[in-house]
Amino acid sequence: MIERSFGSRLFAYAVLAAAILIVVFPIYYTLVASTHSLTTILRPPLPLTPGPNFWENYSTALFGGIGRIGGVGVERLLFNTFVMAMAIALGKIVISILSAYAIVFFRFPFRMVFFWLIFITLMLPVEVRILPTYKVMVDLGLIDTYTGLTLPLMASATATLLFRQFFMTIPGELVEAARLDGAGPWRFFKDILLPLSRTNIAALFVILFIYGWTQYLWPLLMTNRNDMGTVVIALRKMISFADADTQWHLVMVTCVLAILPPVLVVVLMQRWFVKGLVESEK
Amino acid sequence: MRFQGLAASAAVTFTLLSTTSAFAVTEISWWHAMTGANNEVVETLSREFNESQSDYKVVPVFKGTYPDTLNAGIAAFRAKQPPHIIQVFDVGTGVMMGAEAAIKPVADILSMGGTAFDKSQYLPGIVAYYSKPDGTMLSFPYNSSSPILYYNKDLFQKAGLDPETPPKTWPEVFDAARKVKASGASNCGYTSTWLTWIGLENFAAWNNQQYGTKQNGLGGLDVELTINTPVFVKHFQNIADLAKENVFRYGGRTSEAKQLFLSGECAIMTESSGGLGDVVKSGMNYGLGQLPYYPDVEGAPQNTTPGGASLWVMAGHDEEEYEGVAAFFSFLSQTKIQQRLHEVSGYLPVTLAAYEATKKSGFYDKNPGREIPIRQMMGKEPTDNSRGVRLINLPAVRDIQNEEFEKMLAGEQTAQQALDNAVKRGNAAIEQAVNR
Amino acid sequence: MARPRVTFPNRILPYLLLAPQVAITLVFFYWPASQALYTSTLREDAFGLAQEFVGLDNFRRVLGDPNYINSLQVTGIFSVFTVAVALGLGLLFAVMAEKLVRGRGFVRTLMIWPYAVAPAIAGMLWLFMFNPAMGSFAYMARTAGYNWDPLLNGSQAMILVIAAAAWKQISYNFLFFVAGLQAIPKSLIEAAAIDGAGETKRFWTIIFPLLAPTTFFLLVVNTVYAFFDTFGIIHAVTGGGPGKATETLVYKVYNDGFVNLNFGQSAAQSVILMVIVIALTAIQFRYVERKVHYG
Repeated sequence: MIERSFGSRLFAYAVLAAAILIVVFPIYYTLVASTHSLTTILRPPLPLTPGPNFWENYSTALFGGIGRIGGVGVERLLFNTFVMAMAIALGKIVISILSAYAIVFFRFPFRMVFFWLIFITLMLPVEVRILPTYKVMVDLGLIDTYTGLTLPLMASATATLLFRQFFMTIPGELVEAARLDGAGPWRFFKDILLPLSRTNIAALFVILFIYGWTQYLWPLLMTNRNDMGTVVIALRKMISFADADTQWHLVMVTCVLAILPPVLVVVLMQRWFVKGLVESEK
Repeated sequence: MRFQGLAASAAVTFTLLSTTSAFAVTEISWWHAMTGANNEVVETLSREFNESQSDYKVVPVFKGTYPDTLNAGIAAFRAKQPPHIIQVFDVGTGVMMGAEAAIKPVADILSMGGTAFDKSQYLPGIVAYYSKPDGTMLSFPYNSSSPILYYNKDLFQKAGLDPETPPKTWPEVFDAARKVKASGASNCGYTSTWLTWIGLENFAAWNNQQYGTKQNGLGGLDVELTINTPVFVKHFQNIADLAKENVFRYGGRTSEAKQLFLSGECAIMTESSGGLGDVVKSGMNYGLGQLPYYPDVEGAPQNTTPGGASLWVMAGHDEEEYEGVAAFFSFLSQTKIQQRLHEVSGYLPVTLAAYEATKKSGFYDKNPGREIPIRQMMGKEPTDNSRGVRLINLPAVRDIQNEEFEKMLAGEQTAQQALDNAVKRGNAAIEQAVNR
Repeated sequence: MARPRVTFPNRILPYLLLAPQVAITLVFFYWPASQALYTSTLREDAFGLAQEFVGLDNFRRVLGDPNYINSLQVTGIFSVFTVAVALGLGLLFAVMAEKLVRGRGFVRTLMIWPYAVAPAIAGMLWLFMFNPAMGSFAYMARTAGYNWDPLLNGSQAMILVIAAAAWKQISYNFLFFVAGLQAIPKSLIEAAAIDGAGETKRFWTIIFPLLAPTTFFLLVVNTVYAFFDTFGIIHAVTGGGPGKATETLVYKVYNDGFVNLNFGQSAAQSVILMVIVIALTAIQFRYVERKVHYG
């Protein structure tokens, strides 16, 4: 153990207290704002402690308030967002693990062609090719569909690269042994590779779930119908400066509802999530 | 393989969830940008129309902000799935007019419904703005508004100003604003929403100044802006000076500044008459006045121009569906509907009959401020400078103007420089858009 | 890179395994990319009623547009500061958290919250606190006599978007630095302590150099984040303003395409961005091949 002076530890505590304040405060403040009335919010400064309107705001928001503004109820928005996050997370994991498996454990003609075909997309987020991708979606008639919301976002190679990195650390003797046992590629995949990848899959799931949940530009363009919108999009639609005023108290409630699920996922799954990150880092 | 099975069943679920059901009656889709109380009006109108007959069903869809709605409409047209009716804000008018193959003139639609279309029934100022140079009405005015002056009576009292007399001219406004600040009644004397729409487009009409060549764009596409003439420069230098003294506060490019007025921070505000609903709801002690003008400018005050939005009918549908649209527009034109729309929303009535009926009902005696925008628009026969502004890319031009204003208000340039730049950059953008 | 490894002999299976990813990549990446190339040579009106082939004219206009040069600069400044702040604070917090004897789990739990917040919402939260019309902190700043007005002051607007963007990224960096710190052999540090090296010296001579791979990896990830993932923040907080003070490259692609309806030039900008990013990817593969960017 390394000796640490009392002063040094005190300093550490002070910095961490500040850190937590910086990191958590904006979220805490949203929570506070969601319990105040519109008039209180509109006349700064807003108190630092929760107000008396918790039940009123939340029940208004949940039972029709958000729907009146955005056209659809909040449960529908949350459902859409959830479907989107889950579909992207699961879809991308399935697709990536299969293609990484092919690239690492098989030798076949044009292997490198496929490799580059996939990995050139590595860092190219959908934002960069947003307009042409949108046109393609229109041509395919995928506007306002879950397919359109999710499939294109699975097209990047990041998860594939992660699995590839991991698979390459698996000793060749394991494959050798499996083959001597008469195990075909499918059994090897199912009985050896998948169990070994469990932590990686869990970490990826968290990352991709968050990625899907927090999408903004894509669903903004891909949905015309309100009942296909996500929470994040509905939030933007609620903030309107044209003629009708913004119901900030309801906006804040919606913010809380939009933040809560992904925060829960990260916090509850943090053990696997962090472990997965750290392991893939190595 | 298990995973592929999973993917397949997921795909099936997607398809099931994304199919829409069909109706026996002819559906008319109406894309709009109305939120809050105005959204409820849209829903009510559609419901009433649907209950009044059984052939057609109007389905209103909220599409987000005005620009979002327009973009969605354009995208949908390109995808060959346009809505029947789309609400397009005033600045989008030029965009829509430039795309003749994408729209159906409302005049044609209305005469399809069997009833001959009589233009004289409609408020002339509004109809002129939404018509082609040859007089064909292209879109149906739904929510029209005009900028007026709002002031906080309590703050006026505190500052020692007469709370019953709104300032009439710009010099009076600036004086009052400075007094409010100097007396300590509040931190900010004057603010304005929509500096472009109020400070340039309506300012030009109201003070009878030319905004651009070709009758401000109503007479042709290749417009050159003329907003850097002395009257404009004087006005914006005044505002820049006020900003420097912290008497004027900038709120943002659209209606954000309303927040500053509602919170009691600013004593005077110029804003759309359509924003009245929120001011009323806030419970503050407010007063209304007409839009200020410069008394030393010849011909001022002239008339203001309509803002807000109108309903466009998009091309690419069946005859039968257009008949439904026609029926809906006739429904909307009814005097009692227009009168109610006007009284509830603060938007202007579209027909003369509705205006007269509202007058007769004694509504304006109880709400004197509500007639101000109509009087402003109807006061005088419009001149070439005051029929409104129409540019093929007005949204982009407004962006440019806002950028220059922001630099000016931040003290980085004078009003002359800001407006010169706005003209130079605006002309280049227009030229490029026309040749696109 | 690839050492000779044991593989399965199979002729068809690998293609089947690759099929889903390749199909999706072709349809949603290569097709749009070729469309972008095609559109970037066209001039057309908003409704797509008229088209005209203009060759490289769109590229000439984009590259000759002072606003494009401006947004290049804006992107540069924004990225450098966002990355520096997010990395610096992430590292500082991680080093401090390592000193804790207990409560590390608690600190970590709180530190990862912002990771789960959508950029657009992060932008809104910061806007809510600092917007001059109703933000409490803006109000306090003004009451204290400081002229806080990000609606007009470009530098203040930039500070606001950088703060929001960096805030969201601290979590991620924190986690990686903590992992990096834990991977450093304790014996090394103890040896240095016995040699009498003070805490600060130990950090700069031993810990920081050993963290270099992590730092470099995070540098790449954070740069990509600042370039692309911050669209939601800028859209929510400033809309690119005041003036064009916070208009980044990605925001401009969106604004020119979807707001100004100038599809040709927007596509040309997309193509330019794609070239930049493909170059970055090549560099990444060459130098940091083993490090991964998630998402």
